[in-house]
Amino acid sequence: MSVNGNGNGPDSGGEQEENLPARAGEERLAAPVARAGMFGAKTTGDTSGYGRLLVRKTPPQASERPFTDPDDPRTAAFDGVADALERALQGEGAPGVRAVERVLVDRGEITFHVRREHLREVARLLRDDPDLRFELCTGVSGVHYPDDTGRELHAVNHLRSLTHNTEIRIETACPDADPHIPSIVEVYPTNDWHEREAWDFFGIVFDGHPSLTRIEMPDDWHGHPQRKDYPLGGIPVEYRGATIPPPDERRSYQ
Amino acid sequence: MTYVTEDYIDASGGDWEEVVAKAQSSGAERLVINMGPQHPSTHGVLRLILTLDGETCTEARVGIGYLHTGIEKNMEFRTWTQGTTFVTRMDYLTPIFNEVAYCLAVERLLDITDRIPERANVIRVLMMELNRMSSHFVAMATFGMELGATTIMTNGFREREMVLDIFELITGLRMNHAYIRPGGVAQDLPDGAVEQIRELLKEMPKRITTMRKLLDANPLYLARTRDVAHLELPGCMALGATGPMLRASGLAWDLRKAKPYCGYENYEFDIPVSDGGDVYARYRVRMAELEQSLRIVEQCLDRLRPGPIMVDDAKIGWPARLELGDDGLGNSSEHIAHIMGGSMEALIHHFKLVTEGFRVPAGQAYAAVESAKGELGCHAVSDGGTRPHRVHFRDPSFTHLQAVAAMCEGGSVADVIAAVASIDPVMGGVDR
Repeated sequence: MSVNGNGNGPDSGGEQEENLPARAGEERLAAPVARAGMFGAKTTGDTSGYGRLLVRKTPPQASERPFTDPDDPRTAAFDGVADALERALQGEGAPGVRAVERVLVDRGEITFHVRREHLREVARLLRDDPDLRFELCTGVSGVHYPDDTGRELHAVNHLRSLTHNTEIRIETACPDADPHIPSIVEVYPTNDWHEREAWDFFGIVFDGHPSLTRIEMPDDWHGHPQRKDYPLGGIPVEYRGATIPPPDERRSYQ
Repeated sequence: MTYVTEDYIDASGGDWEEVVAKAQSSGAERLVINMGPQHPSTHGVLRLILTLDGETCTEARVGIGYLHTGIEKNMEFRTWTQGTTFVTRMDYLTPIFNEVAYCLAVERLLDITDRIPERANVIRVLMMELNRMSSHFVAMATFGMELGATTIMTNGFREREMVLDIFELITGLRMNHAYIRPGGVAQDLPDGAVEQIRELLKEMPKRITTMRKLLDANPLYLARTRDVAHLELPGCMALGATGPMLRASGLAWDLRKAKPYCGYENYEFDIPVSDGGDVYARYRVRMAELEQSLRIVEQCLDRLRPGPIMVDDAKIGWPARLELGDDGLGNSSEHIAHIMGGSMEALIHHFKLVTEGFRVPAGQAYAAVESAKGELGCHAVSDGGTRPHRVHFRDPSFTHLQAVAAMCEGGSVADVIAAVASIDPVMGGVDR
């Protein structure tokens, strides 16, 4: 957890230079694409002429300290959690503050972006440190961001401390080309099925999982259905002479 | 003398006569059998793969996925509002909880949590507590049936019917309601709803007492449930068990108290706890929760004040008012007259919001509610568009089924039924 968030703080370059319009424009064009076109259909269904419109995402965000906003009671515990985690990470044998890439406070929730190589140690500290005590993991949720080059697959864990009544989110990303994230089943046994589900639906390989097999889809299934490049499927339905295409081919707004 | 062998009889399929012949000719003692996915006591299509040594279950593994319908994937192709229609079908015994969890996540993404009208919140709490009762009644009813007590089954379903009648009056449907919507609820309580709920409040305590008389100290019931399928607190924590499972092992953890949502901090109720950690303790916790739910429902009726039921934001609130006609729920004729004959702008607004939906600022949110079965969480991710980028549900049944091995191994095969029933899994929620 660097104090300056993502390391692009005011010291990392000439401030005036960065605000030049040309530079800002370049940055915007480098941002990942969030959406293309205006309508749902990617095929001939979209006759609007907006098919090549690209909406770019804001670059990855990070929050600066303090994480606690005195006006937002939901964030009351965040500084305490961040301090305790920082302390724990600097302890003997701990991976150090670099294990946390950046921290984001958004809508009353705190997200720690953890580097994948340190995920297991961080999870163990979060569970065992007396000031953290996140005893309950409510499972991992995979998310596929096809345009986030190099970090396409995200594994999002939500942790809950019953002792301190706090809630945090741990997010870990991995590239599509190397979809490996360490399993935290040995820290949170409840993640067993959740990680199998994320493997089944997204193709994230959780290294160290006791038996990473498909859980919802049949064992011989090809592909990982919840990825964005996997079609929804479906057949056109005919009703009174009119044909209604399947949902992912329908002309619709997005 | 302990008899250990690597040899076992595989009875996981094939012709039964061949299996029996093979079993008779071999000296193996262990039998691997499939219980389910088509089995009356597996709550739908749960598949249990049991290794039996005589009557003892030495290994229990769970196979799921037989009811996977791709709800989470489908939601990525519909608007945020249409999402409620999908989530209500996941755990079909707790549809209101699914809808509330989803709507709370969407509202957090929209940052309108504080702007939900008071009346909408009271109606949500009211519906959730009624739903908790109907879910617990089914849990008890199916449990009774699986242990061979059909009176419990008929009584449980009869009691649940009272709740479903109210749901039908309020939402138009007995299940698959899609009644809770991002921003509020779909429509206000119809005439007669409050009276019918008061009727239930009067009748239900008697019904609960009847059920308690039948079960609480019934020696047969006690023999089948006491000290069966133990799961102590450390086991619950490690396996992520929440809800009645956790409270039956002695920890008074309830999200309604710990992280209140929908105004739960304004209601007076207790968290029933038992420290037995067995099937009977889970039954006692559910029974006590029924009584607490009645208390909350009563307070909801007292708190109901006239007012709006949808957020005061024309860009989010559904433009059409609904009306319950003879042929079911539909658009109110008043609204149709307004947009078709009165106001062009209203028609455009209606069309845009219904076909396109509203945009949700990019980001992610996790909202959790204390459903009848445990912590039901909804992780919603938006890319800034009118459809979810990803919606994931952390279903309590899914998590709890992992505990089957811990609860069943070493017990008798008959106790497997009791163990699974005490989890109260619903495969619609497990497989989604």
